[in-house]
Parts: sequence; C-alpha cells; structure tokens
Amino acid sequence: MNTKTGNMENVIQTHPAHPDIHRDDTASKLGMWLFIFSELLLFGGLFIVYSVYRYMNHVAFDLAHRELSVTVGLINTIILLISSATVAMSITAIQKNDKKASLIFLSATILLAVIFLINKYFEWGSKFEHGMYPGSDLMGMLSNGDMLFFSLYFFMTGLHAVHILIGLGLLSASLIKIRKNKIRSDKYSLLENSGLYWHLVDLIWIFLFPLFYLIH
Amino acid sequence: MSKEPNHISGYKDHLMILGVLILLTIITVAITQVELTALNTAAALFIAALKATLVLLYFMHLKFDQKVFLIMTVLVLILIAAVIGITVIDYIDRY
Amino acid sequence: MENKHLPNYLEYQGKYKGLMGWLTTTDHKRIGLLYFYSMFSFFLVGATLGILMRLELIAPGKQLMEAQTYNALFTLHGLTMIFLFVIPGVAAVFGNFFLPIMLGAKDVAFPKLNLLSWYLYILGALIVLSSQFMGDGPPDTGWTFYAPYSLKTQTNVVAAVFGAFVLGFSSILTGLNFITTMHRLRAPGMGWKRMPIFAWTLYATGWIQILATPIVGITLLMIAAERLLGIGFFDPAIGGDPILYQHLFWTYSHPAVYIMILPAMGVISEIIPTFSRKPIFGYTALIISSMAIAFVGYFVWGHHMFTSGMSDSSRWIFSFLSFIVAIPSAVKVFNWTATLYKGSIRLQTPFWWAMGFIFVFMIGGFSGLVIGSLATDIHVHDTYFVVAHFHYIVFGGTGFAFFAAMHYWWPKIYGRMYNTKIANVGLAIFFSGFNILYFPMFILGLRGMPRRYYDYLPQFTDGNVISTIGSWIMITGLLILIVNLAKAKKMTGKAVDDPWDGSTLEWKIQSPPTLENFEEIPVITGGPYEYKDR
Repeated sequence: MNTKTGNMENVIQTHPAHPDIHRDDTASKLGMWLFIFSELLLFGGLFIVYSVYRYMNHVAFDLAHRELSVTVGLINTIILLISSATVAMSITAIQKNDKKASLIFLSATILLAVIFLINKYFEWGSKFEHGMYPGSDLMGMLSNGDMLFFSLYFFMTGLHAVHILIGLGLLSASLIKIRKNKIRSDKYSLLENSGLYWHLVDLIWIFLFPLFYLIH
Repeated sequence: MSKEPNHISGYKDHLMILGVLILLTIITVAITQVELTALNTAAALFIAALKATLVLLYFMHLKFDQKVFLIMTVLVLILIAAVIGITVIDYIDRY
Repeated sequence: MENKHLPNYLEYQGKYKGLMGWLTTTDHKRIGLLYFYSMFSFFLVGATLGILMRLELIAPGKQLMEAQTYNALFTLHGLTMIFLFVIPGVAAVFGNFFLPIMLGAKDVAFPKLNLLSWYLYILGALIVLSSQFMGDGPPDTGWTFYAPYSLKTQTNVVAAVFGAFVLGFSSILTGLNFITTMHRLRAPGMGWKRMPIFAWTLYATGWIQILATPIVGITLLMIAAERLLGIGFFDPAIGGDPILYQHLFWTYSHPAVYIMILPAMGVISEIIPTFSRKPIFGYTALIISSMAIAFVGYFVWGHHMFTSGMSDSSRWIFSFLSFIVAIPSAVKVFNWTATLYKGSIRLQTPFWWAMGFIFVFMIGGFSGLVIGSLATDIHVHDTYFVVAHFHYIVFGGTGFAFFAAMHYWWPKIYGRMYNTKIANVGLAIFFSGFNILYFPMFILGLRGMPRRYYDYLPQFTDGNVISTIGSWIMITGLLILIVNLAKAKKMTGKAVDDPWDGSTLEWKIQSPPTLENFEEIPVITGGPYEYKDR
C-alpha cells in the first residue's frame, strides 16, 4: 500500500481472525470506567461543597441532620448493598452460562432499585408535607446553616436518584438483551458495564448515608 | 485483540462481601449513635472508605481485572482527596 | 500508490448521499471536519464580536453601542471563543482526524459516541446562542458566571449555563473516546513510547477533560438550581460563600486552559521535527512534561482568585504551584529549540507558524509569571494586562497552533495544496496585527486600565487606538489566510500525499485518505520521528 521505504512501513498483514473485528470488550469496559471517573468527580464537586459548608456551619449541620430518619437511610443503604451483590451475581451467572439465574438476579436488582426509589419518594414526601421543599416558604425561613444543609440534601440525594434512574434504564436494557440471547456467556459486555455503573451508584450512597444521616 | 483471561467470582464470594458490607453499615450506625464528637465522624468516614474499597475490589472486580484499571482508580481517588484537601485549607485558614 | 482506485473519505458513498451522508457519518475524518466547519464558523462570529468591541473602545465614551449591549457582547465573545472554539479546538478537529491515523487505526474506539459528541456540541452551542435571544435578554455575567451576580441578574443566565453543561458533556465523551482509542487501537508494534507526541498530548488532554469538566458541570447545575429552585449554595445572604463558587469554577476552568494548550503544543511538536529533519529532542521529556502539565495544572486554580479574599496560606500555595507548572511548559520550549539545533531547517509555511507560536507563547508565558506571583498580581489583577496575557496564551497559543495545523495538514485533509507565498504573506500580516492588537494592552494594564469596562479614562486613548488598528490588520491577515486556503489547488501524488517528507503514519497514506485509512493495519518497527534524509 505504500511505496516509500521507512521504519514504519508495513511488514506483514495482521488481522486476528475474529468473528466481529469491531468488538472489543476491554475497550468498552475502559470507556465505562472513564465515565465512572467522570461521575466520581461530578459528585466530588458536591463533596467539596459539603465539606466546606459543614466546616463553616458544623453546629447547624449537626442539628439539621437529626431531622432525617436514620432508619429510612439504613434500610435504603442495605437495599442498595443487596442490589449491588445481586447484579454482581447476575454477571457470575451469565459467565457460568446460567441464563435463568442471571435473569432472576438481575430482576431482583431492578426490583430493589424500584423499592429504593419508593422509599426515597416517601422520605422526600414527608419532608414536602411539612412544607420542606426547595423554594418553599419554610425553607426560606431557615437559618443559613440549615438552608445549606437541606439544599445540599435535596440536591445530592436528588442527583443520586437521577443516577438510580439511569442505572435502572441500563439494567432493564440488559435484562431484555439476556432474554433475547443478545447477552450470552461469551458476550456480556453490556451487563458487565451496567453492573459497574450500578456499583458506582452504590458507591456514592455509601458516602451520602453517613454524611447526611449519621455523623455529628 | 487478545482475549484476557476471565476471573469468575463465585456466588459465595459475593454473598460474603455483602455480609461484611451490611455488618460494617450496622457498625457505623451503632458508633454514631454514641456521642464521641469528632471521633465518630472520623470512624464513620473510615468505615465508608472501607466499604467503598470492598465494592471497588470485589463487586467492581478491580482485584481480578487488568492492573491498569486499579491504578487509574487509585490515582483518581487521590486526585479527588487532594482537590477537597486544597480547597478546605483555604477555609481552615479563614474561619 | 496502488490503492488509488479506492474512493477517498470525501467521495465515499455510504447509506446516505450528500449532507445526510455527513450528518450520519461515524468516520472520524468526517466528524473532524464537521467540528472544523462548525467551530470555524463560531470562531468567525467570536472574532466579529471582538472587532466590534475593539471598535467601541477606539475612543472614550459611547461610540457604537450602549453599555449593556457591550456587556452582553463580551459575555458572548468569551462564551463562543472559550467554549465553542478553543476548548474543543485542536483536539476535536485535528485530534479526531489524525489520532486514529497516527496510531495506525481505522477509526476511534467508539465511532458512534464520537458522532454523539458532535451533536452534543452543536446542541450546547445552540442553547448558548439561544440564550442571547430568549428570556430576559442576553447574559451579562462574563463567561465566568461569578456568583452572586449570576444569581441576581435578570438576564437569561440559566440557558447559557445549561448550554455550557451540555458542551462539557460533549468534551468528556471526546476525551473518553481518545483515551480508550490510545489504550486499545495502537497498531501492532506501536508501544506507548512510539506514539507521536501529538497523540501523547491528546492523552493528557483526555484525562483533564474527564476529570475536570464534571466539576464545572456540577457547579453550573448548582447555579441553575439556585436560580430555578430557590435553594442556596453560593448566595451570601443565606450563608453561601461566593468564593467557593470561584474555587469550583476555576478547578475546571484553569485545567481547561491546558485542554486548550496541550494539543496545540502537540501540533508544534509534530511540525518542528518535520521541518528540522531531526527526531524531536527529548521525546520522553516531552511526554513527561505533558503529563506533568495535566497533573500540576489541576492544582493551580487559585491563582485566578488572589484578590478575591482567599486565605493567605492558600494564596502562596497556589502561587507556588503556578510557578511549578511553568517548568514543564518551559521544558517543552527548550526541547523545541533544541530540536532546531543542527537540524537542516526548511523554512516552509507550517514551520513559520510554529515559530510564531513559540514567540507569542513565550510572551504569554512570561506575562503569566507576572500575574502568577502574588505581589505583582495585586497591581495588575483585573486590568488589561490580564486580557493581554490570556489572549497571548489562548489565541496566540491555541489559535496559532490551530492555523499551524491547518497549514500543515491541509494537503492531507483535502488533497489540495495552497499557495505558500500568499500563505506566508498572510501569516506576516496576521502576526503583526496580532501583536499590534494585544501588546499595547500589557502597557494599558500596567498603567491601570481596568478590564471588562465599557468606557475608560482619556489618558488610555493612545493605546486603545493602536490596539483597534491592530485588530483591523489582524483581520486582514486572517481573511487572506482563509481565502488562500479555500482556493487551494487539487493535486495528486507526492505534492499532497507527503509534501513535507513527514515521518508519522498520516504521511504514508494517500491524500485524502480512504475510508478506512489503511487497507491493512501497519506494523510499526520504529519511533515516530526517524527521517531517511538525515
């Protein structure tokens, strides 16, 4: 193909015999990891804001966090942890070519994710009932520290819930593809990457839980 | 593209990790119910970091994957810590 | 070239014809050109706004427009130039086009994602531009959206902020794509230490895009949330800290400067060895300096905030770190000049552009040290000195490298060769105009003329007149360059395939390249800069 002599000249033709030369699972996984790093920094920015405002208003943050129910937070944490384990087990199942088990584990993950959102709905709902929602009169009357705490609470858990929704979408897509045999023991990149994304959602919550519900 | 050897984690491994994670969660809640002031913040965050490490290594498979993923993740986490640290320095000094 | 019978990427007919063929393409070369056409249009819009601003500033008092119009104009000038031109800049156009070819690959790792990035870019651009015409008037905050003004102003900040967020998303996806490409698609035999420097700079850039952009993304979302939902983050009236906004904003926006300049440095690192007929001096040092710039550059954001009320210890820490980041930049300049040493230099157009780049980049870099040190910054902060500095770096650096890359790779992209004599004349005019336009600003700044203002005191008139005249000269040069490139003549054979006797992979294939670049994936047996005629 080229007539020039040079060190970068073609020597041999290389093309590994591969059924689908455009497929590169490692590349997809790397892409997903890079995206996860981006997401970590996205929440990282919020953790900076949280740290700074907590440092500036630690008494107010202390008192404000008592408004949140530790029990609800704990239940949600355990739900997410279990869902993380089930999605990992779903991947194990598909690797072992056990389609049925994979579907069961994945359905369990999706179910748990929905339960998480329902819990969140009631948790937020009870705040809203007390007149505590972004832009409400009550929120406008809060002291500076409380205002920052609840702004961060709504914003960070809200953004986390958006990520749960995206994760739900990815997991559901995987579920459909497993059913249609598009995800198999030799081709499970999408499930693996959706799993990674789901673990990220869990990872963020692991920090949100103590920061908002526990520490004082 | 060469095919990388795949490590398959067993169901039991996942369940064990899950058990440890739930146990750690309960410990955090227990610790923070006791008034230990600054110490319980540190303990809660330490345990959270521990849990995150378990999720990263086992659920997210970093322990068994190519090392490059692990190296990248560690560097990114250091970066986040450094950015938070540098920003907070400014506030420690001002308040 | 025996594969002349294959249609090149411009002629290639996919599923769709004509415009649809372009809008649905996943070919990295066509996507590169899509970026090129859209970005260059935005650049011309931004340049026109700049010219209008200069015209307004030709004399004290009102000339053309009201103060509020001027504020909207400089906000839009900043937004277009920064977010729509220099940040995607060299990487999105020339990175897209040449990275896969330089690696010996047929495309990037995720071609569809690549097209999506372009659509997000266009979407973001449209949102930013629509903010000018919708809502309660064009934003007047400057491109930095500083709180609390951006929270209080009645203008349409939310749209502009949201547009910038979408643009950031596009930038992240491009970075992600390039990094994966470099990890997975290097041709057999191309180890990391055989990658061209341009690829290495894109690697460093990709990491900044992935790790810095989300910070500004979330910050802009917080601004939007604060305006729309009435929750509090940065408004001091409810306990927020506006300085925290600046921290977060610059945590991205300073590294963004390196998103702009690193690929530009990569272009220069390609041009200089080709026209010196010598392997680049200090290949490893250049790689390390790129990574060092990316890394240290992440921790210098505070030097934008020396006068905003940050703590003393933060000030000296950031000042110190800013001086550190000058070291890898200087390493690069020394390496380029050392490459010239005892080379058999060919004084062709791209080479002149590279020299122009080094000249203006040096002025920009040294003036950066002036404002990087605490004591002097107090005097020149928010004066025209800063305006001069960042135009020398951003326009002088990235802009010159962008034009250098256009002149270096034009024959490869289009299979057309421009008139080199006219190109040289155009460059000379452009270069003079550039310096006449921006250099007086250093002096105006030292004499105390504040930036961002619509009006100035009469004693600053002389400098402003010179500067405005410079803008006319520069635009003349620019037009000559554009017309000359547009009128480039179609040629075949070596005149366009390899006009500069290059050694990197893009010069081993035909111009314009075929759809898949290489009929067979090449095997690499040597470094990127080994010239036969040495």
